[in-house]
Amino acid sequence: MSTQRPRRAVVTGIGVIAPNGLRADAYWKSVREGLGVLDRITREGCEHLPLRVAGEVRAFDAADLIEERFLVQTDRFSHFAMAATVLALDDAGLGAVDPEEAYDIGVVTAAGSGGGEFGQRELQKLWGQGSRFVGPYQSIAWFYAASTGQISIRGGFKGPCGVVASDEAGGLDAIAHAARGVRRGTAAMVVGAAEAPLAPYSMVCQLAYPELSTVEDPDRAYRPFTKGACGFVPAEGGAMLVVEDERRARDRGAAVRAVVAGHAATFTGASQWERSREGLAHAIRGALAEADCAPEEIDVVFADALGVPAADRAEALAIADALGAHGTRVPVTAPKTGIGRAYCGAPLLDTAAAVLAMEHGQIPPTPNVFDICHDLDVVTSNARPAELRTALILSRGLMGSNAALVVRRGGDLAR
Amino acid sequence: MTRRVAVTGIGVVAPGGTGAKAFWDLLAAGRTATRGITLFDPEGLRSRIAAECDFDPLEHGLDPELSRHADRYIQFAVVAAGEAVRDSGFDVGQENPWRVGVCLGSAVGGTTRLEHDYVLVSEGGRRWDVDHRTADPQLHLAFSPSTLASVVAAQFGAQGPVQTVSTGCTSGLDAVGYAFHTIEEGRADVCITGASDSPISPITMACFDAIKATSPNNDDPEHASRPFDANRNGFVMGEGAAVLVLEEYEHARARGAHIYCEIGGYATYGNAYHMTGLTSEGLEMSRAIDGTLDQARLDPTLIDYVNAHGSGTRQNDRHETAAVKQSLGEHAYKTPMSSIKSMVGHSLGAIGAIEVVACVLALKHQAVPPTANYETPDPECDLDYVPRTARPRKLRNVLSVGSGFGGFQSAVLLTGPGGRTR
Repeated sequence: MSTQRPRRAVVTGIGVIAPNGLRADAYWKSVREGLGVLDRITREGCEHLPLRVAGEVRAFDAADLIEERFLVQTDRFSHFAMAATVLALDDAGLGAVDPEEAYDIGVVTAAGSGGGEFGQRELQKLWGQGSRFVGPYQSIAWFYAASTGQISIRGGFKGPCGVVASDEAGGLDAIAHAARGVRRGTAAMVVGAAEAPLAPYSMVCQLAYPELSTVEDPDRAYRPFTKGACGFVPAEGGAMLVVEDERRARDRGAAVRAVVAGHAATFTGASQWERSREGLAHAIRGALAEADCAPEEIDVVFADALGVPAADRAEALAIADALGAHGTRVPVTAPKTGIGRAYCGAPLLDTAAAVLAMEHGQIPPTPNVFDICHDLDVVTSNARPAELRTALILSRGLMGSNAALVVRRGGDLAR
Repeated sequence: MTRRVAVTGIGVVAPGGTGAKAFWDLLAAGRTATRGITLFDPEGLRSRIAAECDFDPLEHGLDPELSRHADRYIQFAVVAAGEAVRDSGFDVGQENPWRVGVCLGSAVGGTTRLEHDYVLVSEGGRRWDVDHRTADPQLHLAFSPSTLASVVAAQFGAQGPVQTVSTGCTSGLDAVGYAFHTIEEGRADVCITGASDSPISPITMACFDAIKATSPNNDDPEHASRPFDANRNGFVMGEGAAVLVLEEYEHARARGAHIYCEIGGYATYGNAYHMTGLTSEGLEMSRAIDGTLDQARLDPTLIDYVNAHGSGTRQNDRHETAAVKQSLGEHAYKTPMSSIKSMVGHSLGAIGAIEVVACVLALKHQAVPPTANYETPDPECDLDYVPRTARPRKLRNVLSVGSGFGGFQSAVLLTGPGGRTR
């Protein structure tokens, strides 16, 4: 132990359950091609609502990956999270946990909407039939901690377990939480977020968000950074990652996919989009400082891209404020315009896309977005080949949080 | 150089009284605040009792807008945070707001409001395709759990890291733990932390009925919450909030703040066993205690008091007793361990923070709060549970532990003046 270099947290596994692809490879193919999958909502009971377009996860059968006994006691949001975890662990080459090692692996998820569909069903039983009809799983399916608990139990992970029930930016906070856990001594963390906000009552709640797009044409409903910006489109799904101590990853011969290098979070008030300029810029500077990264080193920005004109302007200005002249030159992308915003799951999907983009040397495009009206180099139409060593991922929440995350390509690390 | 973390302010909204003074008076007297439910008609439920807060938001200076529209758990949190911030003498106007964070826990967030409005839009539970036209235009605030930290941050001008934590019944302890790490690691100098829940609602009572977790002692609500007693039969639902101002130690000293105590350590582990079940050995909770003491480099024999999770379910109290014995060894038998849930009930995510504030007050008053209603020993629970009346005692190092659905096991160490060994 002669070298006292701080422990580095690296990404060794990616599991994705997204509207445009189940598994990381299918997701990347759709993202790279700029495939837009926003469509009419088909979830039962939602047809009459004024929100017509969303990013739905279709052709997903949780039973392909998760045992029935876990499925009956959980909501769709936990089905996504458990399935994405299976894929991430498989991707990382982590098999069944050795009981000796159980305390070395923790779990942290971000959750912004909970088990809404399960909860609505039980509310219907309670109020339609009576309290004796409420089932035994309501107490463990509806609450925000359900996914972390079930992932821990199913995997045998006894390490630090956590849940940040924050707004969208909480997805990046969860990744940072996991990286800190690794730096503090936990060998590996299963981390991520998946949401299922498309149940009827959950959607009624979301209708109150002034930022929501109610445009009915899927190709025009979510177009940030353009004159046609009219709000955001919600989505379901998300991603789980394995974030691991670099030394342990190397010792077991795992591929080091990326380094979680820096993060910072700020708060500037719910729907205070003009003020988010300062908050986001401050978060970017903080993340760069923690990553020991100069603005010029950022090769690509995965934007928050809310699609609200004031918010888009604030983000463009924040990038310029924090990155200086480089801010107008650095390529910016927002693959989420093709799939919608899966609340806390959205920045996880962006982080997964950033790692895959660095590996493939390609910046994915921003579907449905043309004619940029801000001073940003937004990648549109087709993927752009580029040497990508460092990516910046941005996220803002509807309740006022701003967060920035810097990730670096794994292959560039000195041993 | 390790940054130390001080507690410089506390605030509480608890059953039996609002404010730290009323709260401590209740605990010191061993009085119980459990009663028949009045917040809604509990007819038909198995457990019809709870520890409710007699809470008038306007009386506590909450602004009229929040008094009218904000969810009950948000109101609790804002009032408790106001008391804590005033108590600390901290003025955000004199600080760099980017260095002030908020980290608040809640297990069930806005679900009480969500249920209330669900009934309206579903024609009393008859329709799956709910009718949006009658929905409250503020419903998104109940839907999003981050409303809690967001409202408090906006009220008190925090612009640093703002988080809502939701790890079920350890949410309060974990929020304090995350805030402790936030300051220790240098991401903020001040953090407003704690937790709030208002879960006394038909759906939450019904879901615990379904698994028989709550006490059916409806005929004797004052004596229904009986942690560690042989005749315990489940927890009694509670509600409330507690908030602490945590501050980097030198920062607090530089502005001449009163320092109650320090946060000495925090750890959490999962039991990876069962969403609601607990083993009788308690090894994972013991691990959380060990991890907390390791951080503080504190020998377990220097623990002076354990504030127990002590929910009053058969399995919890056995599990927890075993865990404390595993970590403290023979010293466990000499260490008082009590559960304030006997008096204020179990307010799910909030209770962890309320219990941390009880520990701060125990250090301040140099007295151990009792376990009310403890009468009949259980052979499986054979520690000193401080029956019925508070006990004066020299307190330096105090541990608060918690355990929750999902398998979460957490512990926080508080060290008063003269605490620790180093």
